[in-house]
Amino acid sequence: MTSNLMRGETGEWEVVIGMEVHAQVTSRSKLFSGAATDFGAEPNSQVSLVDAAFPGMLPVINRECVRQAVKTGLGLKAQINRRSVFDRKNYFYADLPAGYQISQYLQPIVGHGKLTIDLPDGSSREIGITRLHLEQDAGKSLHDQHPSATFVDLNRAGVALMEIVSEPDMRSAEEAAAYLSKLRTILRYLGTCDGNMEEGSMRADVNVSVRRPGEKLGTRCEIKNVNSVRFVRQAIEYEARRQIDLIEGGGKVEQETRLFDTGRGVTRSMRSKEEAHDYRYFPDPDLLPLELSENFIEEIRRELPELPDEKKSRLVNELGLSAYDAGVLVADKESADFYEVVARGRDAKLAANWVTGDFFGALNRSGKGIAEFPVTAAKLGGLLDLIANGTVSNRLAKDIFEIMVETGKEAAAVVEEKGLKQVTDTGAISAAIDQVLAANADKVNEYRSGKDKLFGFFVGQVMRAMGGKANPAALNELLKKMLAGN
Amino acid sequence: MKVEIEKLTIASARAGLRAREFSATELTEAAIAVMEAARPLNAMITETPERARAMAAESDRRLTRGEAGPLEGIPIAIKDLFCTDGVQTTAGSRILKGFIPPYESTVSANLWRAGAVMLGKANLDEFAMGSSNETSHFGRVENPWRRADGKPLVPGGSSGGSAAAVAAGFCLGATGTDTGGSIRQPASFTGIVGIKPTYGRCSRWGIVAFASSLDQAGPMTRTVRDAAIMLGAMASVDEKDSTSVDRPVPDYEAAMTGDVRGLRIGIPKEYRVDGMPAEIEALWRQGIDWLRSAGAEIVDVSLPHTGYALPAYYIVAPAEASSNLARYDGVRFGLRVPGNSLPDMYAKTRGEGFGAEVRRRILIGTYVLSAGYYDAYYVKAQQVRTLILRDFERAWERVDAILTPTAPSAAFGIGEKSDDPISMYLNDVFTVPVNLAGLPGISVPAGLSREGLPLGLQLIGRAFDEETLFRVGGVLEEAAGFSARPQTWWKG
Amino acid sequence: MSLDKATVARIARLARIEVPEEALAPMARELDTILTFVEQLGQVNTDGVAPMTSVTPMRLRMREDRVSDGGDAARVLSNAPEAQDGFFVVPKVVE
Repeated sequence: MTSNLMRGETGEWEVVIGMEVHAQVTSRSKLFSGAATDFGAEPNSQVSLVDAAFPGMLPVINRECVRQAVKTGLGLKAQINRRSVFDRKNYFYADLPAGYQISQYLQPIVGHGKLTIDLPDGSSREIGITRLHLEQDAGKSLHDQHPSATFVDLNRAGVALMEIVSEPDMRSAEEAAAYLSKLRTILRYLGTCDGNMEEGSMRADVNVSVRRPGEKLGTRCEIKNVNSVRFVRQAIEYEARRQIDLIEGGGKVEQETRLFDTGRGVTRSMRSKEEAHDYRYFPDPDLLPLELSENFIEEIRRELPELPDEKKSRLVNELGLSAYDAGVLVADKESADFYEVVARGRDAKLAANWVTGDFFGALNRSGKGIAEFPVTAAKLGGLLDLIANGTVSNRLAKDIFEIMVETGKEAAAVVEEKGLKQVTDTGAISAAIDQVLAANADKVNEYRSGKDKLFGFFVGQVMRAMGGKANPAALNELLKKMLAGN
Repeated sequence: MKVEIEKLTIASARAGLRAREFSATELTEAAIAVMEAARPLNAMITETPERARAMAAESDRRLTRGEAGPLEGIPIAIKDLFCTDGVQTTAGSRILKGFIPPYESTVSANLWRAGAVMLGKANLDEFAMGSSNETSHFGRVENPWRRADGKPLVPGGSSGGSAAAVAAGFCLGATGTDTGGSIRQPASFTGIVGIKPTYGRCSRWGIVAFASSLDQAGPMTRTVRDAAIMLGAMASVDEKDSTSVDRPVPDYEAAMTGDVRGLRIGIPKEYRVDGMPAEIEALWRQGIDWLRSAGAEIVDVSLPHTGYALPAYYIVAPAEASSNLARYDGVRFGLRVPGNSLPDMYAKTRGEGFGAEVRRRILIGTYVLSAGYYDAYYVKAQQVRTLILRDFERAWERVDAILTPTAPSAAFGIGEKSDDPISMYLNDVFTVPVNLAGLPGISVPAGLSREGLPLGLQLIGRAFDEETLFRVGGVLEEAAGFSARPQTWWKG
Repeated sequence: MSLDKATVARIARLARIEVPEEALAPMARELDTILTFVEQLGQVNTDGVAPMTSVTPMRLRMREDRVSDGGDAARVLSNAPEAQDGFFVVPKVVE
């Protein structure tokens, strides 16, 4: 493994990173009310009087959100706590209607777990999960609608979030990025969070500190609300460098909350937090402790889908894919699903080559998602079938694929229309070979006197003569025979 | 026909309505007339005579069709802590003045479904914080009862408006809420019946919250039977309240068999507090004699942690209140006092919108939950609550109900205790343990003080055993034969 | 223990309740009286006693995941001291 240490003026530094990720739970309605959770609705149109904290309104918990949290916990190989408690976290803010957020403080629904990150050099590392708890999201304050006023939209208020807290186990921006990517992959596999960071479905608070290798932990800064994998990497790189420079320049890191300025690529102190918070947590008396039966948990365990790590090892061990290809395929649930449809009942390695090669290449160039891409898994599978049954050569298939990308047509239809069907008729191939051999009598002699390398030349000539449609196996066989003078 | 509502009960009015002796409209008109005459008591914050008339007309139609509900045509008052759809709901606070809820509390909705008629919204201590109904932004309520000296007295609190309304005779019942004694103490002070049911029996949905783990709604009526009828209509299992208990509502009226033979009644020695007036002690002894004569077995019990109930209460209730009242921030409803920034707007709105007692309790609650104090205060208080509940559980191994005085005194004069929070808090010394343990408790008028003021006795029961309270309460009521009425001095 | 003015000011700030400077000292005395009263609890031995979390032994009910509420911004905004374009309006928050 390559060293993660950062070089400073006075020596090497180790960066220590932990992350708190807020992931929006996939559910139709909110954690404690029956209002909808859809993104992008008209302001305050998805708000119940519970969300707006009207007098006398009471929370009632959504079973699906609890299931999703348990499912996520199981996906993170974590301990599920049969008893957890909802607490009130008290503070005032314009988009926090009740003046408290219902969260879980001392007794979260999910305890210790772990997640394996895959690094670009092919190595893996385990990152500890400290806990996962359920809590309510706040509303949204818009500061740019009016010169002297802030506008408040409570559509998000009360939407269920999972806060997933990692151990301070990461040692580089690369690892932190890998952690966030992997977590997002797992949540998408589980279907517990859509992982859509642009819409705010996932946000990360990143804790960064630096220390001399082997020494005790340094003072950490928390970078709030970072909303993409790329920004996590940039923010950590900047922040670690800032802390190293600060310490080497004789300064001291202050424990504080910082914001990542995506425009300038820097972190800056949130100076508006003028006082220390005192959240006055206490158990929410409107709710009872959440107690889960073993049955409830087992039922969810039975529904768990195959997760990326397991899928990867199956692709390697059972289908014979390379670790690299398998890793690429499982990194995104849609890709993995696509691949599995293509590979079903077909040559798994051929399918992997096609999906990771031509298909991903074309997909990336198109800028589209798998769902909108004209070549579906079934269509790509159809093309692979034509290769397998000898209708087209692998080389011809690449041309057909490009036509399919442009037209969205089935492979068989393209072959039919363009007359690209491979020729396996030995008569036609023999005739073409005859012509080529006749036209190149000198080369035939050279070959027969031992210059084997010329075989490829003859193959190329025959192929060209036949417009590329000759079945390569049949061509090879016939050509060998005819060159041998039979 | 002219209906004398002051002489009716829910049970007798129900019989009269069904026998067509008078109509719901006639009964309601009588109620409105007495309510208007009783305005000097300041028992109501909002009167809703037009709504009452419309509801009474509906009741008459249902009575005619033979579709009468259990409270059909019965005029009642609703404590202004219950949100009522389209009718101002203030919680007695300036901060909610003008607030019109677009929803109806579960309890009041249950009452309307049972056919009850709404006369209006009753006054209360601000956010139900008080024992004298002197902290309402809409003015204090006066007790219909007076001593011979004619000095105005408090009706108790926080359900003081509800109590005064029932005692003054213009409604046959009123809703109250009880967090530390707010139904039972004013019932005792005004000579009426009030029951705080088991926590979880009545839905809290739509009731302005004071202290969520203690708040419970209940009826205030003239008789034990009326309380049984009215609680039967108020109680329900409500999926909108996670603390509402999933148990069918029994027929409480049917529980009033008049027979307490063989029942074991506990007398807790810790309720003989220092400085308790002799007349309270004597009344308690009288109550014991009545029940013994009726065939009940009297058993001495011990509830050793009783003395710690009030201190525990004055940690738990303010702590929960400080959080529950954070939503009154001038953003979505109620008062807003402009400020030059958001925090400034909050501080001014809440500083001016809340009265002195509410501010005091929010600050205490904020303090006991704050970093470094939480364990010493809040956790400690919740541990003491566990001990108090255990005391009762041990007692239930030996007795079926417990008899105590409701309050340590009769109604006191307006202004007498308002400068001394602790002496005010001591009013709830007998009622608070019941809330902390979540148990049902009923106050039954049992006699008069030397000065001619009503005094109540309290019965405490096992969780969800309101039936025994109605059964024993009915016998106590019968034995006491309490029939005194306040002089109607307010009629001028 | 005894509460000082600074503590009252800090608590009042946390609770977002304006307490005028001249009211701090009297308020400190009032709160102190109450705190002294509740500190009697220190006499109770609570070693090993679980804090009460619910008075009735029952399990938290869960509701089904259905959209059954919301969809009426006007209702939510009907009591707002200030609203515009479907939003609640508050004094400008500086971040």
